[in-house]
Amino acid sequence: MRGIAVEAIKFDPEICNQCETVDCLMKCQYIEFTDVAEAKTEKLKINAGEHSRVLDECLTCYACQEYCPYDNNPFYLLVERQEQLGLLPAPTPIVTEQLKMMGPKGKIQKEAVTPPVVNMCAFPMLTGSVRGKLFEGASVIVGTDIFCNIMWLHFAKNSTIKERVPKMIDNIMDYYLRDSGVDEMVCFHDECYGTYTNLAPAFGIEVPFKSIHLFDYINDRLDELADRITPLNVKVAYQRPCSNRLIPETDPVLDEILEKIGAERVPRTYDRENALCCGGVPRVHQRDDLADELVEKNINDMLDVGAAYCIFNCPFCMATLGQEVAENGIMPILISDLVQMALGE
Amino acid sequence: MKELIDRLKKIVGDRFVSEAPEERYIYSMDMGTMPASAPDLVVMPASTEEVSKIMEAANAHQVPVTPMGGGLVLSGLTRALKGGMILDMKRMNRITEVNPKSRYAVVEGGTSQGMLQAYLKKNHPELKHSVPDAPPIATLAGNVCIHGSGHLSVLGGYHSDMLTGMEVVLPTGEVIRTGSCSVSSDWFGKAPLPDLSGLFMGWAGTTGVVTRLGIKLFPSYRYNDLLIFVCDDAEDMPDVISRLTSTQVAEDMTPWMTPIPEWARGFMHINIAYGAHSKAELTFKRNLLQMSVKAYKDKKTGGFLPMPPPQKNRYMKIPTPDLVRFADVRKGGGFEYVGAIMAIEHFAEAYRAGVEIAEKNEVSYSMGARIVGAGHSMMFFYAYAFNRADQADMARAQKALEETNAATLEMGGIPWKAELPAQQQIIEKMAPDTFALMNRIREALDPNHIMNPGNWERA
Repeated sequence: MRGIAVEAIKFDPEICNQCETVDCLMKCQYIEFTDVAEAKTEKLKINAGEHSRVLDECLTCYACQEYCPYDNNPFYLLVERQEQLGLLPAPTPIVTEQLKMMGPKGKIQKEAVTPPVVNMCAFPMLTGSVRGKLFEGASVIVGTDIFCNIMWLHFAKNSTIKERVPKMIDNIMDYYLRDSGVDEMVCFHDECYGTYTNLAPAFGIEVPFKSIHLFDYINDRLDELADRITPLNVKVAYQRPCSNRLIPETDPVLDEILEKIGAERVPRTYDRENALCCGGVPRVHQRDDLADELVEKNINDMLDVGAAYCIFNCPFCMATLGQEVAENGIMPILISDLVQMALGE
Repeated sequence: MKELIDRLKKIVGDRFVSEAPEERYIYSMDMGTMPASAPDLVVMPASTEEVSKIMEAANAHQVPVTPMGGGLVLSGLTRALKGGMILDMKRMNRITEVNPKSRYAVVEGGTSQGMLQAYLKKNHPELKHSVPDAPPIATLAGNVCIHGSGHLSVLGGYHSDMLTGMEVVLPTGEVIRTGSCSVSSDWFGKAPLPDLSGLFMGWAGTTGVVTRLGIKLFPSYRYNDLLIFVCDDAEDMPDVISRLTSTQVAEDMTPWMTPIPEWARGFMHINIAYGAHSKAELTFKRNLLQMSVKAYKDKKTGGFLPMPPPQKNRYMKIPTPDLVRFADVRKGGGFEYVGAIMAIEHFAEAYRAGVEIAEKNEVSYSMGARIVGAGHSMMFFYAYAFNRADQADMARAQKALEETNAATLEMGGIPWKAELPAQQQIIEKMAPDTFALMNRIREALDPNHIMNPGNWERA
């Protein structure tokens, strides 16, 4: 067991000092800056561990991780500073209760697994999605004892990430992968893949297994199942989740998937780098007015481009927006389920 | 007895009178901790006329009568403490009128909550009634008579406050009416007459048999939502409740505190249900509720649980299935609770007392409350589950209940639908002249002391 990671977040202040564009803040969709100079001043305050209004106003959408052209981990540092300065974005009882609710329950049991091992994180209600030819022969692992814990970025709780993520990694190895001689795992959600391939290295946490993003897995499977595909000929709007900001290299893979199944990813205003938060996290932060605005913008945007489906890869986004999407005549659906439609499953 | 049974069979028919041991056993208890007490027979009338004739017969034979609705009171109020007959009202289950404009329904005394809920959903989807968190077979009359509360109690008060009138068969067989229906064909309310309904509510079936009643209906909204406020300091609760109720937009508010699941231990939650005709109105109401407790949000000492729509569904079911789930936590079918009717400001004190008593007696507990009116009072409940097959477990629950009743009275509260020992505790604290008046009233209504004897009597 490796215990709690003690390394600091990987971050080089000199990169920020020399940065002329301050994209991390200037591109932010939720905080206004008068000019680059102001953004830089605020950024340097954050770097120095001083109070900045950004720490209060941040929506915790992860986007600055993607905007930084130097991979200097601006968002992880921001969350670190929020916690250090006691700037919890959500009320304390909400945070403490969620910490208990999502904590490891110690109910995990050793189980033999065979590839592909699909990690469903803490979402047992979605294990039914792992089915059919697409996931033929898959072993599913799930539960709060293997929860990726990335959600604490929204709660200014890097300390929880540092404490729990190494334990989760140990659990995945000790209870599933090692004894079965398996060294890779398909991450059903962006959160997990982002945790193990982006957050963990930035936090100095070692990951002994290879993570495969769901998109990569599906994309490869579609090649193998090509003769089963019936093109859907539908327009889909993609609700890109915050955690995909950590792993933007996976986004073009979705384009490949959609092309293979005959679905058109309609060019929404709020897609790709300009994706908007689903509205779930602002509600956690008790900012319902902002959440309402984001929901409305997302829905109107989907309607404007004539989408028949709204595709999700994040269960929280789907839970947050799904009902509203459906009430507006657009079918909410997980990407894996859309693919299975094309496979006739 | 044979003569009486023959007379009863002539009134209700052979099939609806029974002295079979298995029937007497089933009717001897409810799911609570009170010991079984079997009736001599069970009678099921189908009309007010039959009830009247039964009461005449019972008087003639000086045989006790215990009226019963769903039999779900949990505190043993429908046990035949001195034998005689259980008058099971379930055959009288007709919904005789729904007035959509004046928003009331008239139902027979054995009509269940579930029947009216289903009837309104099908025939008057624009209307609803206040449903208690009891199984759907609980009767409307029974719940009104025990001063029950339900999912519209912030809006409309206790279910007895929602009563618009009654038809009652007195212990001596006369049929009387209370409220507007005693003068008019309309059952719109109790005003402006002397409120005789009070003669039958809270009396544990010792003053008459309710054969019909009118109850208020309320608008049923197309859009419904729920907020869950969370804090971790019980001392904050009276102020939080006061602020939330001051908005006058919630239909129901139910605080809950439970050690199971473990993550919930130590936290105070308040479920706040509200509805609207449009999404805009719903958002407006949500904003009012959120604004009312902004001070807690700003201090970061309280806030609303983030809950996407699919997760809310379980909390929005009416009646809630959660209490039923808890009721079976120990298996063995034992469940009882003390409902303490009390002032809101005693919330923290009530919570602390509950934790202390439960831990001392090592019983499984769940605590909560239903806010009644605009914070005018609350029904604070201490629920204890036990295994009926485990005598020691049952005894622990019984002791916890007794101690809770005592603590309730000490805090200035009053045990709701009090079981026999709690009735004694209340009588001890009651102003002597008040109890004397209760006895004089009963003497006048029930000269032969046949109505549910043993209840509201000094031991």
